[in-house]
Amino acid sequence: MGLTSPSKRSLRAVSNGVLLLITVAFAMPLVWLVLASVDTRATLSIKLPEQFSLQNFFDVLTPETAFTPLLNSLILAGGCAIITVIVSVLAAYPLSRYRMRINKPFLYGVLFGTCLPITAMMVPVYSLFVTFNLIDSTLGTTLFLAATSLPMAIYMTKNFMDSVPVSLEEAAWMDGASMMKILTGIVVPLMRPGIAVVFIFVFIGAWGNFFVPFVLLLSPDKLPAAVSIFSFFGQYGTVAYGQLAAFSLLYSVPVIGLYVLVSRGLGGASALAGAVKG
Amino acid sequence: MATLTPVRPELEPGRGDAPRPGRKKTGTRRSLVRSVPLLPAIVLLAIFLLGPVISSFYGSLTDASLTGATAQSSSFVGFDNYVELFADPDFPKSVVLTLIFLIASAIVGQNVLGLGLAILMRSSNKIVRAMVGTFVVTAWVLPEIVAAFAAYAFFNDTGTINSVLALIGIEGPNWLYALPMLSVILANIWRGTAFSMLVYAAALQDVPTEITESAEVDGATGWQRLVYITLPVIRRSISTNLMLTTLQTLSVFTLIFVMTGGGPGTNSSTLPVLAYQEAFQFGKLGFGTAIATILLLVGAAFSLVYIRALKPEVD
Repeated sequence: MGLTSPSKRSLRAVSNGVLLLITVAFAMPLVWLVLASVDTRATLSIKLPEQFSLQNFFDVLTPETAFTPLLNSLILAGGCAIITVIVSVLAAYPLSRYRMRINKPFLYGVLFGTCLPITAMMVPVYSLFVTFNLIDSTLGTTLFLAATSLPMAIYMTKNFMDSVPVSLEEAAWMDGASMMKILTGIVVPLMRPGIAVVFIFVFIGAWGNFFVPFVLLLSPDKLPAAVSIFSFFGQYGTVAYGQLAAFSLLYSVPVIGLYVLVSRGLGGASALAGAVKG
Repeated sequence: MATLTPVRPELEPGRGDAPRPGRKKTGTRRSLVRSVPLLPAIVLLAIFLLGPVISSFYGSLTDASLTGATAQSSSFVGFDNYVELFADPDFPKSVVLTLIFLIASAIVGQNVLGLGLAILMRSSNKIVRAMVGTFVVTAWVLPEIVAAFAAYAFFNDTGTINSVLALIGIEGPNWLYALPMLSVILANIWRGTAFSMLVYAAALQDVPTEITESAEVDGATGWQRLVYITLPVIRRSISTNLMLTTLQTLSVFTLIFVMTGGGPGTNSSTLPVLAYQEAFQFGKLGFGTAIATILLLVGAAFSLVYIRALKPEVD
């Protein structure tokens, strides 16, 4: 930045000023969340707590308020991510390695699936689940979440697999190794970072999903944190903002942590955006 | 789009074409065996994605409801739901609200702000850039229910925005009741801009600096460089991003549901919210399904346009 003309320097000042204003606007709702969580007398408006206190966190960290819903979220999101990754690695292998007649229609179908407004479909999904007697079934909800994340996951996995060189596999192929052996022994270990990105991407999506478990699950002991935060909001929302904020933060931290992990460790902040881009 | 390109044709002809004895007869069987790993994916997608789509089309032609006689055995009513839907004043109103929401928050808000941020970040100080990036992306990464809750608090009558306005001597309106659409539009811009920002930041890196620099030497102003060089170069990113943000915004439910519940009345019921209200609050499952079917068709139309645009890259 050695030679900067005066116009460039003033441009820089304007950019910084505008960006700072936008930052403040974007930060306010988030800062409120953090400040309210450490304030036992939190209101809906941003304000410094008179006294810093972790009481809100202690109040919500009980089995029925936080632990059970968080565990349910973990089961739903973890189960969904594991199923999705296994199914998409399996599907990606023939798509990436063989030239088959089914590839093109399948990939187009998958691409089409990534675009469908799934959340808009919860009414017919509910009817379908009633027909199959799957309402209030954790397994059914997990499988549905897996199916909705599959199109994107297959696409991402195939792209990651395309960049794994075939030369190693060719040697194993000559030695008579089976497709499954090559997949689990050579390809999967070579694309571990890619699989981690897909896993985290699917996990974040399922962990944060509210509408699907809200419609498909009923029993309070099966509800994930997203839905229990909403019920908490309805029941105590008018009084216990601090506790609600504390619970929200506890629930958000894993997702933010995983995002940081992906953007720092596994290929840049655009990895997820690039993935979402299709 | 960079992620779409690594299709490597040199990999493909490898084993598939290796001459083997009895090739013709075993060819079909071999490709059947080879497509076996696709089965779990096909089964899951058929049951849980194609299933609801079919159920949506069929369900919209029945009089199914959640309670009462028609809950047990629904009957085929043809296009009655659609006829009723178009006669109901809430439906055209909801279509208009959905369009306003799409245009204001996705097409204009997220895209213009995202592009603006991406451009400004290139000529700004490193610390400022990191700060913007952190807060904008955090709003996007947060689980939707938490984002919706934070936005609810922000726009509440006693919330942050009115406290800030009070500081400068303005008595703010009761945003969520008086201006529900404006509130959810601003909230959705807050929530979704990060995506466009990341897409455009990546796209801007691909704009060759030689061209912009030579234009600068020729005396083109910043605005001219943006309109005549940068935008045409990244036009593919722009069209892809417009399409994707539109599709994402079309299915926004949680944010509106938590902030206003579609209210007051149906003044902020976009189509996904109206479908939910009709089906689960008023018990008219067929009605809600008909709305879902319409949304599905709109989404499918957008997808087809999108796929056509991407066609050369899928192989």
